[in-house]
Amino acid sequence: MNNHTVKAYDEDLKTLRALIRHMGELTLQQIRKATRSILERNGTLAHEVIDHDYEINLLETKVDELAVRVLALRQPLASDLRMVVATLKISNQVERIADYAVNIAKRTIILDEMPPFPEVEGLSTLVKIPKNMIERALTAFETYDINLALEVWQMDQEVDEFYNAYLRKIFAEMIADPKNVGPCTQLLFAAKNIERIGDQAQNIAEAVYTMVTGKSFNESDILKNA
Amino acid sequence: MPLKIDVKDLNLFYGDKQALFNVSLGFPEFQTTALMGPSGCGKSSLLRCLNRLNDIIPNVHIQGKVLLDKEDIYAPSLDVVELRTHVGMVFQKPNPFPHSIYENVAYGPRIHTLFKDKTELDEIVEKNLARAGLWDEVKDRLHQPATRLSGGQQQRLCIARAIAVNPEVILMDEPCSALDPIATARVEELIDELRERFTIVIVTHNLQQAARVSQQTAFFHSGHLVEAGETGALFTMPQDERTQGYITGRYG
Ligand SMILES: Nc1ncnc2c1ncn2[C@@H]1O[C@H](COP(=O)(O)OP(=O)(O)O)[C@@H](O)[C@H]1O
Ligand SMILES: [Mg+2]
Repeated sequence: MNNHTVKAYDEDLKTLRALIRHMGELTLQQIRKATRSILERNGTLAHEVIDHDYEINLLETKVDELAVRVLALRQPLASDLRMVVATLKISNQVERIADYAVNIAKRTIILDEMPPFPEVEGLSTLVKIPKNMIERALTAFETYDINLALEVWQMDQEVDEFYNAYLRKIFAEMIADPKNVGPCTQLLFAAKNIERIGDQAQNIAEAVYTMVTGKSFNESDILKNA
Repeated sequence: MPLKIDVKDLNLFYGDKQALFNVSLGFPEFQTTALMGPSGCGKSSLLRCLNRLNDIIPNVHIQGKVLLDKEDIYAPSLDVVELRTHVGMVFQKPNPFPHSIYENVAYGPRIHTLFKDKTELDEIVEKNLARAGLWDEVKDRLHQPATRLSGGQQQRLCIARAIAVNPEVILMDEPCSALDPIATARVEELIDELRERFTIVIVTHNLQQAARVSQQTAFFHSGHLVEAGETGALFTMPQDERTQGYITGRYG
């Protein structure tokens, strides 16, 4: 894409993209740490996740402020307008994802007080796809890659499948030994949060789709073409 | 909406120099159409074709058709003076006649004898000044020179003058480029109100203005119509690279 005649305008758009990238990286790190904290029963790590959440909130505020500034001062149109609107949506979604990471970390703190429990490794498998979705969705945002966005969108189905499989295992453990009910309930909450991360990543993919095509995302249209 | 004006395969030459190439564009009735594009792309040339103002320029040569209510305005039988009462024009710089405010509005109705007596003429003047949103500001000084009004007021006076002969179409060539933002806002508001009765075509360099006042936008480049469409769609999702480049401020 060619540059604007007003350089500062391009700088603003670049900064918006960089802020989203930064938010995304931090959030992925939060998810990694939160999952590790559960697996390793590491309360310190869990507290770290909780303590760092404000950074992501702060970044979201920064994105909001800059986007509003760009709207007011540059009055972006066409693809620029769609990009600024997408940034607003995506920063909101990434912030929500970070909240889910915090929720997962909070489970660690509760689990810390409990006896050892089974099936926790399943979480590390479950979290892989949503993490991957976030990474790819952000790349799709940066490169205007609509095919990648659609790929991400469809990955959510896999997340749901893994999630359901994991639930079945957890339920089996609960039935097998009533002592497991306490910790397994916490694992269920954690798994639900991971599943939600997948939903949010799917929303990011939808925002990218709208940014690139100018059309609102319509599931039936997309699946027809896929 | 039916088309008030329908331009078909229009080519315009100034001597040897072609300024418009095969332009086809419909102007829906009671809508505002904005003509946009870089300087020299032919916006004013097209606008002037719509009321045959190009006729007064020597060596102008026009091919194609301009239909007003399905009638060809370039047909030999057509009365150009009458045409211009149907298709009025407002120019870039407010150009009131050096007479009173009252006489500026009364001028058109006088030459076309659109009234029976003084009372009726007074009514026409008041009605059109009111439609142009100017009545309250000038009702106590109707017989003062129009040139004492502010730029924004003068432009609204010119609009009152243009609509006083009951045209159906109003052409505006960058009507706000000499006005400050407040005066511009008032004229834009006026344009939106006038749309109830008139079909409006406006040339503007101001993208935001085109976005604010028009329902249809047409983008021109080097004498060619690049694309035209619903204003909201054109400003959010232009189809052509050149439009995209122009409205986002990227050239080349
Ligand atoms: N009276 C004229 N005689 C010769 N060339 C003209 C005349 N008016 C306009 N042109 C030329 O026609 C082209 C289109 O001009 P114009 O319609 O004024 O463009 P715009 O209004 O988009 O700036 C330009 O190249 C301009 O130089
Ligand atoms: Mg012009």
